[in-house]
Amino acid sequence: MCLAVPGKLTSINAGDPLTRTGTVDFSGIFMTVNLAFAPEAAVEDYVLVHAGIAIGTINKEEAARVMQYLAEISQSATEDDHR
Amino acid sequence: MKYIDEYRVPRAAEQYVREIRRITRRSWSIMEICGGQTHAIIKYGIDRLLPKQLRLLHGPGCPVCITAAEHIDQAIELALLPNVIFCSFGDMVRVPGTSSTLLVARAAGADVRVVYSPLESVAIAQQNPRHEVVLFGIGFETTAPAIAMAVQQAQMLNLKNFSLLSVLALVPPAITTLLDDPANTIDGFLAAGHVCTVMGYREYQPIADKYGVPIVVTGFEPLDILQGIHMTVAQLERGAATVENQYSRAVTAEGNLPAQKLIRDVFQTVDRNWRGIGSINQSGLALRPSFGDFDALHRFTLGRSHSQPELRCISGLILQGRNKPHECAVFGAECTPEHPLGATMVSGEGACAAYFRYRQQKIEPGGSIKDITK
Ligand code: SF4
Repeated sequence: MCLAVPGKLTSINAGDPLTRTGTVDFSGIFMTVNLAFAPEAAVEDYVLVHAGIAIGTINKEEAARVMQYLAEISQSATEDDHR
Repeated sequence: MKYIDEYRVPRAAEQYVREIRRITRRSWSIMEICGGQTHAIIKYGIDRLLPKQLRLLHGPGCPVCITAAEHIDQAIELALLPNVIFCSFGDMVRVPGTSSTLLVARAAGADVRVVYSPLESVAIAQQNPRHEVVLFGIGFETTAPAIAMAVQQAQMLNLKNFSLLSVLALVPPAITTLLDDPANTIDGFLAAGHVCTVMGYREYQPIADKYGVPIVVTGFEPLDILQGIHMTVAQLERGAATVENQYSRAVTAEGNLPAQKLIRDVFQTVDRNWRGIGSINQSGLALRPSFGDFDALHRFTLGRSHSQPELRCISGLILQGRNKPHECAVFGAECTPEHPLGATMVSGEGACAAYFRYRQQKIEPGGSIKDITK
């Protein structure tokens, strides 16, 4: 139920803050999405869409954290082994 | 798909599993709150890859599963009223109330429509001015902004034929209820990522402090879940109990402020009855009096539901992490997704449905992660 899917914002349609929408590309499937809660989202950004509404924007810098964390813990593991 | 596939790389998953094995010294029980996470854990077999000392408990974070039978009875009664178009999310139409489902009501002539977005129900109300359109508002904090927006749009459009049956529920009060239980065995939590996308995670720190449990905000892909487990175990092993954010690409400490504001404008907190668990203080969202015209419970007079629980169903215990689905006597026998006796067998995110779907076939001992990209 709390599923939210990242998709790429390809265009933004004008509208007042509560009804502002954009077109989002989910790997070739295009959908109109409400952007009222993603005022910062710009074209090319990835927005997180739940029930037809963008509830957030994917932070590009943070997106690599999962692999960085893995590299850090593996690194500290090797260091431990050498101690 | 970008921002999905890179979190399903089998080699990285294997490496995470090795690291988790390496740091785990004692026995711990970790509860994933969200049904979406339960689904991923069972689908990818993550629980089977973990060291024996780690037990994953499946939490109550499935809105379809925790919606009380009395509210489904109300929904069915509303749907059967003449002139009503009843809008619901798809999963909800198959969930049994006391004696029926919305799907059965539809077969009996009710106009029940499945919507993907609550905003569709506003459009339906605009297109059908002679009908009463009622939206079944289920979900947690993730869904509350979309439902609040539907109500606010209906108000802006001055719609007189739109109303909401709200059974929205809040996650943190459910966590504290589980922790207050004297029989509680939960050592740490994976908090639900998208709930925190909306709400942020500041409200979890007092819970971590008071109960001494680590809470790690966690995403939904296999690597997210494995990292969340690693972070939780690392805290447990060093005796820490704080809130950490694994899902930083989608969650900030303060959350989505415009969405929170609209939730506060439209809703107030109320006590809510959780199916299988009971009433939890201030764990629900109901429309504020200023939006009373849009409250289906004000607009229509409904009979009292005499909800009687299905006695053989232990979904309440499953939703609290006390039992696993296969421990239910009727699992896979009388109770299947085609003939569900409880809501946890209906929703794709319900633990019973996930076990039925992914745990019917034999899995080789030792577990294999090779299927993780499927
Ligand atoms: S298997 Fe069916 S009856 Fe048993 S707990 Fe799950 S939903 Fe309830």
